[in-house]
Amino acid sequence: MVSTIGILGAGRVGTAIGRAALGAGYAVNIAGSGAGADIELLVDIVVPGARAMSARDAVADADLVIVAVPLHKFRTISPGMLAGKIVIDTMNYWEPIDGRLDEFERDARTSSEIIRDYFPEARVVKTLNHIGYHELETDGLPAGHEERRAIAVAGDDDAAVAVAMQLIERFGYDAIYSGPLQTGTAFQPGTAIFGGRHSADELRAQLALASGQRPLSGAQLA
Amino acid sequence: MQLGAYSFGDTQLNPDGTHRSTAEAVRNLFDAIVHADRVGLDYFGVGEHHTVSMPASSPGAMIAAAAAATDRIILGSAASIISTDDPVRVFQQFAVADAISGGGRVEITAGRGSSVETFPLFGFDLRDYDRLYAEKLDLLMTINGSTAEDVTWSGSVRPTLDNLAVVPRPVGGRLPIWIATGGNASSSARAGQLGLPISYGIIGGEPHRFAPLVELYRRSAAQAGHTGDNIKVSVATFGLIAPTKEEALERFYPGWRNLNIEMGRLRGWAAPDKRQFDIQAEAPGAYFVGDPDEVAERIVQLHGHLGHVRHFLQADHGGLPQEYLLESIALLATEVKPRVERLLAAK
Ligand SMILES: NC(=O)c1ccc[n+]([C@@H]2O[C@H](COP(=O)([O-])OP(=O)(O)OC[C@H]3O[C@@H](n4cnc5c(N)ncnc54)[C@H](OP(=O)(O)O)[C@@H]3O)[C@@H](O)[C@H]2O)c1
Repeated sequence: MVSTIGILGAGRVGTAIGRAALGAGYAVNIAGSGAGADIELLVDIVVPGARAMSARDAVADADLVIVAVPLHKFRTISPGMLAGKIVIDTMNYWEPIDGRLDEFERDARTSSEIIRDYFPEARVVKTLNHIGYHELETDGLPAGHEERRAIAVAGDDDAAVAVAMQLIERFGYDAIYSGPLQTGTAFQPGTAIFGGRHSADELRAQLALASGQRPLSGAQLA
Repeated sequence: MQLGAYSFGDTQLNPDGTHRSTAEAVRNLFDAIVHADRVGLDYFGVGEHHTVSMPASSPGAMIAAAAAATDRIILGSAASIISTDDPVRVFQQFAVADAISGGGRVEITAGRGSSVETFPLFGFDLRDYDRLYAEKLDLLMTINGSTAEDVTWSGSVRPTLDNLAVVPRPVGGRLPIWIATGGNASSSARAGQLGLPISYGIIGGEPHRFAPLVELYRRSAAQAGHTGDNIKVSVATFGLIAPTKEEALERFYPGWRNLNIEMGRLRGWAAPDKRQFDIQAEAPGAYFVGDPDEVAERIVQLHGHLGHVRHFLQADHGGLPQEYLLESIALLATEVKPRVERLLAAK
């Protein structure tokens, strides 16, 4: 059972997820790039109830870690810190916002696979990246509600995926599993899912459509 | 409360959907500012944008021209992307406009810009994003705060100024400098620490949810010892006023859709969703689209949450016909403004 969530990044996305998590009953640790004291006032007012900490402290007792730093800064997070942790990667490679990042342009892996390989001992799940941060707090609805929105989840570690899906459900969304981490391409910037609004059925249909378009991997060919 | 408009320029569309000329868009923007002054609007903000659909690339030049052609309206950038500009130049352009205006009507709003096209355009590296903004804002404030023409400053993103004259000085000694932010909490804290007025650009969600950011801004200012007139908030949102709500929606929606299709293509968003639009166009959404009664009520309602001193609206995007922009501006000044004043006085 997840009771404490550690959030790396106290920007737009990190603070919005922090409020959503507090609203859903979790304890929240949150960190920016510096000391906890630097963001204490900010956290008190903008994410009341969360604890402002350094990144290291924020993740130390967290059952689940959310990474919400600008993508080009992911290497400023020390990978050892996240060993063994379930880590949700909310980040996008979004050229109009991030600029052109050669390291992502030139790599055949998806951004979350690059993140996974950078945190080799973490159990990385990609989700929460395709919904606008301000919608996350306002659009959550109880399970079964006819207007409930759906959010896609990709990951290689089944138990970690299950934990992430439970979080999404508690935020008020239907969690839809898309497959291994590489299937995250289906809901990255530039896709029909990114920034759109979908019911569970619509999202499943979009994911199925995308999986038909994806080149087959070696294993599938054999 | 001051009411205003802002624009990034809006290139008109041909019947086949292609763009008309960007020069025409600039001329339309100029005409809209002059019109806003005639009908008594308080403020006009000129954004800095570098696309064919929104070509208001040079707020300083536009504001200087507008300063000569208007009498009362306050003119400002909304915002100047100072990270990729030279603060010496930005200051000079606005100080020139201030002199032409007779003084006291010209402001700078400094921002980072929500997109990054100015980085390749002016030859900057996105990896320097934070440092460019912080240092250039510091330089701009140093020049503005100087009591003499000669300015001394050094940093890493621009050559040192060693007792060099930066002229003209503003008529009133200083120009108002605002900080533009889209809702990043640390920007609110920083603006408060610097003691500068803050301008929130709210493009979606529920604007009243910015209340904690405003509180963070005010408390950060108080903690740093900044009090007084400079600690104030303005709000920029989408909005269009027409005689009826129905007309307002009809006029605003096509441009919104065009903009979102274009942005979606550029930024990889899904196709625009009418449901999203409908939610935003009703209270408590972020689009102030309606008749004068509704827009006035919603501005005053938001004022209850944010206590802002100025609210300004962007109506023209995606090829909004110019006549609708002009009518919206006239209604804002002559119909919305008195209602807002009445409602605020009754509080
Ligand atoms: N826009 C959306 O709706 C949306 C939705 C989903 C996902 N995303 C993705 O979410 C990510 C974050 O975006 P954002 O808009 O929230 O960015 P943001 O507002 O710029 O905030 C980034 C935060 O990360 C912190 N940070 C930087 N390095 C850190 C480190 N090593 N450890 C801990 N914190 C660190 C920054 O702290 P300092 O201020 O101390 O540097 C800041 O608080 C992006 O990759 C974006 O693509 C965006």
